[in-house]
Amino acid sequence: MGFSSMGIVAITSIFMGAVITIQTVYNLVNPLVPLWAVGVVTRDSIILEFAPTMISLVLAGKVGSSIASEIGTMRVTEQIDALEIMGINSSGYLTVPKLSAAIMIFPFIVVISMFLGILGGWIAGDLSGVISSAEYIRGVQDSFVPFNVTFAIIKTIAFAFLIVTISAYQGFYTKGGALEVGRSSTQAVVFSSIMILVFDYVLTQLILA
Amino acid sequence: MIELKNISKRFGEKIVLENISAAFEKGKTNLVIGGSGSGKTVLMKCMVGLLEVDSGEVFFDARNFSSLNFKERKPFRQEIGMVFQGGALFDSLNVERNIMFPLSMFTDMSDSEKRDRANDCLKRVNLINVNKLFPSELSGGMKKRVAIARAIAPNPKYLFLDEPNSGLDPQTSILIDNLVKEITEEYQTTTVINTHDMNSVMEIGDKIIFLHKGRKWWEGSNMEITSSKNNELKDFIFASKILRELLEKN
Repeated sequence: MGFSSMGIVAITSIFMGAVITIQTVYNLVNPLVPLWAVGVVTRDSIILEFAPTMISLVLAGKVGSSIASEIGTMRVTEQIDALEIMGINSSGYLTVPKLSAAIMIFPFIVVISMFLGILGGWIAGDLSGVISSAEYIRGVQDSFVPFNVTFAIIKTIAFAFLIVTISAYQGFYTKGGALEVGRSSTQAVVFSSIMILVFDYVLTQLILA
Repeated sequence: MIELKNISKRFGEKIVLENISAAFEKGKTNLVIGGSGSGKTVLMKCMVGLLEVDSGEVFFDARNFSSLNFKERKPFRQEIGMVFQGGALFDSLNVERNIMFPLSMFTDMSDSEKRDRANDCLKRVNLINVNKLFPSELSGGMKKRVAIARAIAPNPKYLFLDEPNSGLDPQTSILIDNLVKEITEEYQTTTVINTHDMNSVMEIGDKIIFLHKGRKWWEGSNMEITSSKNNELKDFIFASKILRELLEKN
């Protein structure tokens, strides 16, 4: 659940950090703002927004579509009926383990993404010469607020819940055949992504505003 | 014995089953026949509780099944084995685990006991050396046999098979028919089979009910079916020109 997505998460995170660093330097035209502020901006952008939200969107695409197509295939091939014949509450049986796994694993992935994003910014800044390592590291260490990480993890847990429940719902109520399984998978990604963005705003408003 | 009393089911405005009553006896292969869309699968799903009936009652040995809720039906579930049209084997489990699955749900057997039972069931359906294969590695006939093995693993009293011959070659189809007949007699199960395979009807149909447009049009045995005067039934069973000619000759 998500660990097989580490490759795409790592690539996304490193390049995300690199782009944030270079764009921040590019936009930093005020001579009164020290260059090390780039480190602060990169760190906070990644921790507060990019790591939890972007990575959750990536996971909605990978994990969400996988859940919807797996459960959808089980529905159209009567495997869910076979579970119910055995007296199993199929929705709980199929969803709860996935939900528990996502809630436990997604925060780890996002924390790794934070680390890789900040590392990506450092490497890009140093390689392109727009900011020295010393200044970047000073910025990353400056005025760090630990609650930002907690906030990111809270968001990630909420997003994990949304991805799994929406995708499982889409898969569970699939009717028809292979074409409809594909449609459910697409709808799972679309609805999960929209709900992630909506809840991103709601949670930010509730917790940070 | 399974008894159906005035079963009706509709989806929206469409009436799928209308006032169906029937009795299926223990130790006999009871066939529900009819064309595609005649309501066979819906009737079977209503019998096993996968669909709720709109009206009417289903009795399993005089116990009213349809009036029970999900929790109350749990003890009945152990007594029901079902083979779905496509087998419905769990893709993520190998053959052995598929057969052990209902045992894990219904019994306190140890893993080795469950494995032994799975092997016994596989032997019963004439499959060997397939324990570690996954459903995707099996042929259609093998899938059906594994599905039968899974259905009989918890020693069910009631066995339901939804079109067990569909998509199979004639030889495998006969093999499945004979297997179901043998299991029914050996385990004394009340077996209900949905089919539109006329060979099955003639070979194993101890009792047959014919559904047409959601209603029961005829009831009898394989000995009586060809002499029936019911026009809809005659159209159904004599749809094959070869069969019609053969019966006329005899």
